[in-house]
Amino acid sequence: MAGKTLYEKLFDAHVVHEQDDGTALLYIDRHLVHEVTSPQAFEGLRLAGRKPWRTGAMLAVPDHNVPTTNRAGGIVDPVSREQVSTLDRNCQEFGVQEFPMADMRQGIVHIIGPEEGFTLPGATVVCGDSHTSTHGAIGALAFGIGTSEVEHVMATQTLLQKRTKTMQVRVEGELGPGVTAKDVVLAIIGKIGTAGGTGYAIEFAGSAIESLSIEGRMSVCNMSIEAGARAGMVAVDEKTVDYFRDKPFAPTGEMFERAAEYWRTLKSDPDAVFDKVVTLDGTKIEPQVSWGTSPEMVVPVNARVPDPAAESDPVKAEGMRNALKYMGLEANTPITDIQIDKVFIGSCTNARIEDLRAAAAAIKGRHVADNVTLAMVVPGSGLVREQAEKEGLDKIFLEAGFEWREPGCSMCLAMNADRLEPGERCASTSNRNFEGRQGQGGRTHLVSPAMAAAAAVAGHFVDVRQA
Amino acid sequence: MQAFTTHKGIVAPLDRSNVDTDAIIPKQYLKSVKRTGFGPTAFDDWRYLDPGEPGMDHSQRRKNPDFVLNQEPFDRATILLARENFGCGSSREHAVWALTDFGFRAVIAPSFADIFFNNSFKNGLLPIALKEEEVDAIFKAVAANPGLELEIDLPNQVVKAPDGSEYAFEIDSFRKHCLIEGLDDIALTLEHADKIKAYETAQMEKTPWLFNDLRGNVGG
Ligand code: SF4
Repeated sequence: MAGKTLYEKLFDAHVVHEQDDGTALLYIDRHLVHEVTSPQAFEGLRLAGRKPWRTGAMLAVPDHNVPTTNRAGGIVDPVSREQVSTLDRNCQEFGVQEFPMADMRQGIVHIIGPEEGFTLPGATVVCGDSHTSTHGAIGALAFGIGTSEVEHVMATQTLLQKRTKTMQVRVEGELGPGVTAKDVVLAIIGKIGTAGGTGYAIEFAGSAIESLSIEGRMSVCNMSIEAGARAGMVAVDEKTVDYFRDKPFAPTGEMFERAAEYWRTLKSDPDAVFDKVVTLDGTKIEPQVSWGTSPEMVVPVNARVPDPAAESDPVKAEGMRNALKYMGLEANTPITDIQIDKVFIGSCTNARIEDLRAAAAAIKGRHVADNVTLAMVVPGSGLVREQAEKEGLDKIFLEAGFEWREPGCSMCLAMNADRLEPGERCASTSNRNFEGRQGQGGRTHLVSPAMAAAAAVAGHFVDVRQA
Repeated sequence: MQAFTTHKGIVAPLDRSNVDTDAIIPKQYLKSVKRTGFGPTAFDDWRYLDPGEPGMDHSQRRKNPDFVLNQEPFDRATILLARENFGCGSSREHAVWALTDFGFRAVIAPSFADIFFNNSFKNGLLPIALKEEEVDAIFKAVAANPGLELEIDLPNQVVKAPDGSEYAFEIDSFRKHCLIEGLDDIALTLEHADKIKAYETAQMEKTPWLFNDLRGNVGG
């Protein structure tokens, strides 16, 4: 019999019960909660007179609606304020641990999970949020769910799930200088497409993935959903184990060693068979820039905006024309000729300390270009912000003309006050370039933190390797 | 949950692939703490010419006459037809609530994003994946005959067109059962409460570090 993939090991270890048709009741170890997708679930519990099964498996944090300036002034928008206070009230009523807005540990839900050691290798992790795949980077089975499923997990600590197909994405070889985890995942999405991973759990592997830090692996797994896959993961290695030493919620002492021994088994067996294997040559990946309104519409920085006339599939060509129109771009324009108005460094994809270090390195001693009306850095959590300030990164950003903000989702989806105006063009380290994502009529180009910082200084996209 | 057995209704053709959930319901409406009232703002950016905010009277806004759901008879459609990878992007169940609140009972497309697909079943919205050629044929039929009604027969897993063509579709047997009966997942799962507790007890031995809150305090 063939060995097991990492996905199969994680899934099998959490099956409570399995029906004949393969529908399994899967136990959920960690449930992250934020203010946008939880109110209707709490309300559902209340209406049915149910209690959460295990509040100790839950951690809540407001992140989507929180302001990134003047925290002390509270939330100005009354609808946003109501959503955040609803979370506070629900957590109090049901006894769920929350890091409220004023807590030092508050931040984007997918940044704080691993940072606190709340999400751990080998755990099943869910959240009413599609970027829950981020936590797969630590060898967890992590995926996003809808609000009905949030309620189901609250009430039963389980989910009804069927095994998905498995895909291995292998990235081999040494990444070039200036090429980051973000470029790797954008290149993967460019190759397999936004639906390429639909119905699969992806395991990212190969020497290029192994060479990434845990933070970098999180950036990669974060965008699994942009490739259509609900779950993305990376096998546990010594970097993973070391990452969890001294994390507040992680085990300590002897219990840590016992856990680590188990965690080290969390890798696909050498003879495991994947339903699909995709391979990329890491040495050939260049810094990436998205040009359209879907994450698969991405090219290397030294390329040109693609031409729909050269696309043979009529549905695709039509999609490209729509995208160019929305983005206000002409086919065949060199990417480096595209001028930008705003720069956003943040989001659960790229707001960890390493991301801020990379961005700071690209701007040190330089200044944001005159045509850039706003360049902002939004750290992923209060602890990331604190660490960055310890290292003096805030000063580098401020001196270069960036704004240094409080943690939250911010302009990744513009639910708070941070947004693009119609027609504005943004170099963004976030994960979605959908129409209107960063503000109605706003135009998003997805890039790595270093590429965003370099674009801020130049006023247009540049190859960070030559900047 | 609203049960689904058979349904006959007008088909609205939304000729786009990769329709994402941000497009189905833009973020400003996610601030609602309710499950209802999302219908008037479904596809907000495409449907209206002026920007929308929660709390507005959307019937007073300027509609985009080119958008299919603003056109007669598609404004009364109950079946949505779209291209591949429908519902991609964010996990927001609000997208499904917006579609059902608009009046849709089913979406037909060549493929769906996983989370949207799952969410649909929890709300009595039936996502039907047909072959690309079949979807294309329905697009053509609707173009030739706007207002065309399709009949969906879930027990027999078939979509019937007025010209007699029939399109069979696949559906997971458990999901089909739950949809036809309108069953509440949570109540079903809680029938296995003993098994969940037994699992927790066993795991507390194997991976105790995941159960700090329960150790010495077994139960649910
Ligand atoms: S940072 Fe963006 S993608 Fe991540 S959880 Fe927040 S809104 Fe979602």
